Amino acid sequence: MSTDLKEALFAFTLRLGDTSLVLGHRLSEWCGHAPELEEDIALTNVALDLVGHARMLLTYAGELEGKGRDEDRLAYRRDVFDYRNHLLVEQPNRDFGHTIVRQFLHDAWAVELYGRLCASTDETLAGIAAKAVKEVRYHVRHSGDWLVRLGDGTEISHAKVADALGRLWPYTGEMFERDEAEQALVAAGILPDPAELKAAWTARVEAVLGEATLDRPADGWMQKGGRRGEHSEHLGYLLAEMQFLPRAYPDANW
Amino acid sequence: MPDAAGCWGPEPGADAGVKAAWDALAGVMDPEIPVLSIVDLGIVRAVSADAEGRLSVALTPTYSGCPATGVIVLEAETALARARLDARVSVVIAPPWTTDWISDTGREKLAEVGIVPPPHSGKRALTAPDEGIACPRCGSEDTRQISRFGSTACKALHACNACLEPFDVFKCH
Repeated sequence: MSTDLKEALFAFTLRLGDTSLVLGHRLSEWCGHAPELEEDIALTNVALDLVGHARMLLTYAGELEGKGRDEDRLAYRRDVFDYRNHLLVEQPNRDFGHTIVRQFLHDAWAVELYGRLCASTDETLAGIAAKAVKEVRYHVRHSGDWLVRLGDGTEISHAKVADALGRLWPYTGEMFERDEAEQALVAAGILPDPAELKAAWTARVEAVLGEATLDRPADGWMQKGGRRGEHSEHLGYLLAEMQFLPRAYPDANW
Repeated sequence: MPDAAGCWGPEPGADAGVKAAWDALAGVMDPEIPVLSIVDLGIVRAVSADAEGRLSVALTPTYSGCPATGVIVLEAETALARARLDARVSVVIAPPWTTDWISDTGREKLAEVGIVPPPHSGKRALTAPDEGIACPRCGSEDTRQISRFGSTACKALHACNACLEPFDVFKCH
């Protein structure tokens, strides 16, 4: 692999790893707080899978970078501006409906992305995707079922998820952004075509929104920046909590 | 896939060290479902010996987020060391683990403790409705899913409408 491609693949893998890690951490905040016990267990199960994906992706990113950074170094020793996750996943949990909408918009993307990455010409990425896709299929079924139940539920539950959908929709554009370096990865067969990915995501999202009696918001101004390290104020608080122990006790070990 | 007898183990004619390693690993129980050995679970992917007789053991995680993976690696290393085997344990993720790799003995052991074993993926895909699952206590097929996520990553929680008992189902993965 050429140095340019390798650098681009490092950047992409880091973005995907950070997105999984931040969303996994967000979901873990529900531990002990979900509306019912089964859902508490479900959200934290999904969180564990996402953190598991992040571990594989950040380990691989560290190998691609070749500077000796492992998964922990990447997760715990980078500040906000070095994080490359989507802005969508750092948005706070708010209420349960908001969490479900955020989760579904992400899951619908993840299941389509990983499904295509299984055929990536990069063997390691394809291996990680083959593992992850089995789990995200389960996640999207879960978040999609909840979205239908809340959207097509009571007046209050409908109003809450409709409001969340309006708030979060402007963060969905970022998932389909590809810079020049990533276009080279698409050309090399390492990443799927973003236009085709977006079409698949849109079809999946529209089908569930229809069933949930929710209107698809119009594509207006889309928020951008997370993939370049420009984040909302929410990420700093999340990292402060997540990174506290390794920062207070550097190189602490079990 | 497990062999014709539904078991995992050394290839016929494998060397003594490889056989001893399989035996040692068969004694390592899954920490979350302690009736199953890691061999029954199908997560011991390969055992091989190099020219000097040094062994390599490859394990695969069940779920990416399974918190037991670290413990399993440690226990496998301990069991191999106790058997005085010179072995290195590594974790491989490809090909991804599937419940089709749970041995027939493993399925029987699950059923004995009241956990419904996973159906083969060909018969019921992961995303298909969870219907027709028989209650492990009374046998009734009038059951329902309570939660897709159960006490561990690999199980879902169901309940029987006939005898009202809740029970675990090993998810098809």
